[in-house]
Amino acid sequence: MKHDVPERYALAFRLYPYARSPDQDARAPVRHRVIVVGGGPVGLATALDLGRRAIPVLLLDDHEGPGLGSRALCFAKRTLEICDRLGAAAPMLEKGVQWNLGKVFRDDRLLYEFNLLPEGGHAMPAFINLQQPWFEKFLHDAILSAQAEGAPIELRGKNRVDAITPDTDHVTLTVMTPDGPYHLEADWLIACDGARSPLRGMMGLGFEGRVFEDNFLIADVKMKADFPTERWFWFEPHFKSGDSALLHKQPDDIWRIDFQLGWNIDRAKELEPARIRARVDAMLGPGVDYELDWCSIYTFQCRRMERFRHGRVLFAGDSAHQVSPFGARGANSGIQDVDNLAWKLALVVQGAAPDSLLDSYDAERVHGAEENILNSTRSTDFITPKTPVSRMFRNAVLDLAETLPFARTVVNSGRLSLPCTYDGSALNGPDHPQMPPRTRPGSPCPDAPLAGGWLLAQLGRGFTLLGIGIEVPPQLTLHGLAVDGLTLDPSPELAARYLGDVPGAVYLIRPDQHVAARWDRFESAALGQALARAIGKE
Amino acid sequence: MLITTPNLTRADESYARLIATHDGLTEAESHALNARLILILMNHIGDHAILAEAMRLARDPRPAAP
Ligand SMILES: Cc1cc2nc3c(=O)[nH]c(=O)nc-3n(C[C@H](O)[C@H](O)[C@H](O)COP(=O)(O)OP(=O)(O)OC[C@H]3O[C@@H](n4cnc5c(N)ncnc54)[C@H](O)[C@@H]3O)c2cc1C
Repeated sequence: MKHDVPERYALAFRLYPYARSPDQDARAPVRHRVIVVGGGPVGLATALDLGRRAIPVLLLDDHEGPGLGSRALCFAKRTLEICDRLGAAAPMLEKGVQWNLGKVFRDDRLLYEFNLLPEGGHAMPAFINLQQPWFEKFLHDAILSAQAEGAPIELRGKNRVDAITPDTDHVTLTVMTPDGPYHLEADWLIACDGARSPLRGMMGLGFEGRVFEDNFLIADVKMKADFPTERWFWFEPHFKSGDSALLHKQPDDIWRIDFQLGWNIDRAKELEPARIRARVDAMLGPGVDYELDWCSIYTFQCRRMERFRHGRVLFAGDSAHQVSPFGARGANSGIQDVDNLAWKLALVVQGAAPDSLLDSYDAERVHGAEENILNSTRSTDFITPKTPVSRMFRNAVLDLAETLPFARTVVNSGRLSLPCTYDGSALNGPDHPQMPPRTRPGSPCPDAPLAGGWLLAQLGRGFTLLGIGIEVPPQLTLHGLAVDGLTLDPSPELAARYLGDVPGAVYLIRPDQHVAARWDRFESAALGQALARAIGKE
Repeated sequence: MLITTPNLTRADESYARLIATHDGLTEAESHALNARLILILMNHIGDHAILAEAMRLARDPRPAAP
């Protein structure tokens, strides 16, 4: 009998075509260590990170590659740092459009401009613009390279998960393929199946939050234009296309234009090419030659699951949380989920850490999601004021911003994604009051130039003990874990970012490049305690 | 700490100036002016805790429960 796993969307690339697996002919369901459901950016990155940590991982997706349509566009510095750790950043940087400068307009007047990364000494730019299918393709390329080097990663296309039965020590899955259904078992299941998450539904779990009553039209336009490579945002644009508009450059001479349309619109009519062209014409002015490459209308919501861990099932990315597009926090925060989860799950699977370590994934990333939802809700309330008085204050801020610099700090056209600091996490160890707040326990390590390379490139294989101006042993084994030691002389950047008012420092750094603890001397008993804490053994 | 004891150097002058600043404005223009004025003063004060206390007090001018 012929079964069907229909495509819900057209593909940009066919990367992992369906191939029958021996598992489909097995008598009893084959047990896997980790199964990842969903091959979007978050699922691919999860499989890659686990595989590079030598954890066998199977990824199932009901398609055979990324969908057409650019969707996520702005990838933030932290995402690029994580992708660099995963061996995937180089082609992203090469193809992506790098930008640091943003301009904010009202009507046809420039209110002000901002630079996102005024600080030098970082390997990665503040942002690149890259269409989501390319981001996914480059992650997939990195999976192929990792597989070639022996990473135990397997991808199965046109494998749709139709049912799951969670148990105390494993999960059973029913998977539909073009050859019919089969069953699998997993010690751990990671649900990266997107905002509509069928898995969340199968487990009867909620997804609560706020719906915003607005529609946005995205028009990706191909043209040879000499706009600079900057983010341009308009409040009350002079081309009379709703309350706001946004222009971004993408690779391949494509420009992303976002038009805010309001709530009561006729969706089908707004998507008519002639109508879209009228909007774009008004914006670009007469005589500009362009083609429409991809268009879509979206509405959005800010919501999250109450908890991201449910026993042996872990939710990551859009399945766990969803934000408005202002601030580019969707895919970027999903990649931070992966960064946080993969090393913890790897230690648990290897038996080096108790499974309670995974509760810290829940705590830390719920905290991250809260921060993202808060920021993105505030941006939305500024861009689309919900009451007359809120609009009045918003406009007063814009009035003042033309001449008064203080008001520009209040203007909110999207607070662009920054990595989250896990303040108050149970994994955090001792802090030191004279060291800089930006590198306090829980913080992602800021990069710094080293002789012939970059700091972050040295971190992230496992735990690292970093001595700056203080000698640390090059190799240690504690609680059964290998800890790499790295001793560096304090450069001006290292001193400013890691030392503050002390002459030397010792940092314990987690495999996700977040600070676990820091001291002004090396002492192995304190280190042992902090490490135990950071792997949930305390 | 939010100052709620008398602090205006020239109370009558300042109040008269506030009213005169609105001379000739429509209702909507006056509201917009007030909004700008609040924002300018907020920035001058700066401290979030003081602002939050002022906003609480404006919403409910009874003294906070002891
Ligand atoms: C218009 C738009 C613009 C955006 N712009 C940005 C931006 O600039 N920056 C940013 O960071 N984010 C942006 N986002 C958000 C970003 O696209 C998402 O956050 C991101 O795609 C989430 O990745 P994910 O892997 O969690 O989920 P998805 O990308 O949704 O992937 C889920 C995958 O699971 C598969 N799947 C679903 N059900 C099953 C099943 N039963 N069995 C097997 N497989 C299944 C799907 O086919 C899909 O491949 C934007 C989103 C939109 C819509």
